Amino acid sequence: MKFNRGLHTFSVLTAAATFFLIVAGGLVTSHDAGLSVPDWPLSFGQVMPEMVGGVFWEHGHRMVATTVGLLTIILCAWLWRSDPRGWMRRLGVAALVVVVLQGVLGGVTVLFQLPVAISVLHACLAQAFFCITVSIAVFTSRSWIQGSGSPSRFQGVRFSFAAAATTTVYLQLILGALLRHSGTVDGSKAVELVLPALAAHLAGALLVTGVLILLAIRLFWSDHRSTQRWGYLVMSLLVIQLMLGVGAYLARIDALGGAGALPRVAVATGHVAAGALLLAATLVLTLQLAGLGSRVARAVPGSRLAEEAS
Amino acid sequence: MRKFGIFLLTIVSIGLWVACGGGAESEAPADTAAPAAEAARRVDPATAASLQGKVNYSGQAPQLARLRMGADPTCDKQHSEPVYAQDLLVNDNGTLENAFVWVKSGLEGYAFDAPTGQVTLDQQGCVYLPHVLGLRTGQELRILNSDPTTHNVNPTPANNRDWNESQGPNAPEKIKTFARQEVMIPVKCNVHPWMKAYIGVVDHPFFAVTGKDGAYELKGLPPGTYTVEAWHEKLGPMEQQVTVAASETKTVEFSFGG
Repeated sequence: MKFNRGLHTFSVLTAAATFFLIVAGGLVTSHDAGLSVPDWPLSFGQVMPEMVGGVFWEHGHRMVATTVGLLTIILCAWLWRSDPRGWMRRLGVAALVVVVLQGVLGGVTVLFQLPVAISVLHACLAQAFFCITVSIAVFTSRSWIQGSGSPSRFQGVRFSFAAAATTTVYLQLILGALLRHSGTVDGSKAVELVLPALAAHLAGALLVTGVLILLAIRLFWSDHRSTQRWGYLVMSLLVIQLMLGVGAYLARIDALGGAGALPRVAVATGHVAAGALLLAATLVLTLQLAGLGSRVARAVPGSRLAEEAS
Repeated sequence: MRKFGIFLLTIVSIGLWVACGGGAESEAPADTAAPAAEAARRVDPATAASLQGKVNYSGQAPQLARLRMGADPTCDKQHSEPVYAQDLLVNDNGTLENAFVWVKSGLEGYAFDAPTGQVTLDQQGCVYLPHVLGLRTGQELRILNSDPTTHNVNPTPANNRDWNESQGPNAPEKIKTFARQEVMIPVKCNVHPWMKAYIGVVDHPFFAVTGKDGAYELKGLPPGTYTVEAWHEKLGPMEQQVTVAASETKTVEFSFGG
């Protein structure tokens, strides 16, 4: 199969736009602007309302979401037309279905005044959709298609451990979303969930920290510089995320100003964004390990690839 | 790729499961209003008593936060002078403005005439006027938008139905009611996050909001023993037990610390 530069670049663009969409969504919550536009799918019955106050954040989020939706439609069509792998075409369709579902969830959460379950689901599906777009970017990359890179570079790092790390990060993002969306609306909404969610999120932070440190150690052990760089990336993101987590806690207890105050908005949204990057990093690593495992399994016994892997 | 497919499916499924199970909101409690008792008592005007007093504040008047309205130039342009938050207004006589005083308990078994008239909440200069108001259960709340900009009106009750509606410039007034007693219901505008108001919904007529003199008066109260509460958005609630005799006018002062 031939590497398609245009398709891969477009996949990366879609994944980057999705990350920006997650940040835009985080900014809506941080500004408490989710209900500034009470109607959906239009905004105040218009396509383009006056972008003032909370409307700037909420309608801005809708505009970015619409853009990501359009990008996903194009990506799905492009994959369907030009990618010979059936499972890739199906992944493109899955991305389209998820982005549509995500848009509907966004509308439902506005129309029903941010029910906690729907808001959390909206946040979690956003991260799942991000995982899909990142995966498509990996699967359309030159290294994936042409199978470049030494199979020994990830020696000592198991696919199952990386997959477990990715799952742990994702579960932690769910707990984070639960904490972020409970006890809001002047503290009156699902306030009973705040303490359990905080306890679970803190326990999750300990678990994620432990798992990612172990993963990073495995990566540092490698003789390959590119693998060691993965270790640095994972550790850097972890440290940043932990610091932002402390900041997000301070923001939550109003130590960084009221709703909309810049420090509060910056750390709370930064915590969401860094969480998404950490998820993407562990996912890409997991996929690379999966791809490598698949290549090694298919390698002819005695070939250079099989020998390097052993 | 099957391995990856199973992995992705597992992750999404876990997300869906946790989100759906984790955020169940508690049901609003059923209407606690007493059923129409056959022998519901009525207040006898001949023996009706009164409670009066002030809501005092013992600390130094705090510096009020300036409301920055730059996010909507239409709001900003309406004010030539700085506008300040109303969350802790201390009057010159050391009393508090915008405290909600009401009879919290002791009136069980009494029936009262249905509320008449409307209570108005206006959006003017991108602030709510008044900042704190009270009304009876079932009484009409008339919501106006006197501003040349769009607001969303978003009450966030715990015990009543919540709603969120936009109201553009020159839009018709909104008429709303609250079915259940609730002290207090925050109201906010998410377009202009500095806009906040509080509504006290009470199932009897004995409530008041303190003004520039920090005073309140609850007239026409039947003789009896009551729990009277003064609520303030920053300082919280404060209760007192009070007994009033027939036709008595009793003074009950509340003192919040700074």
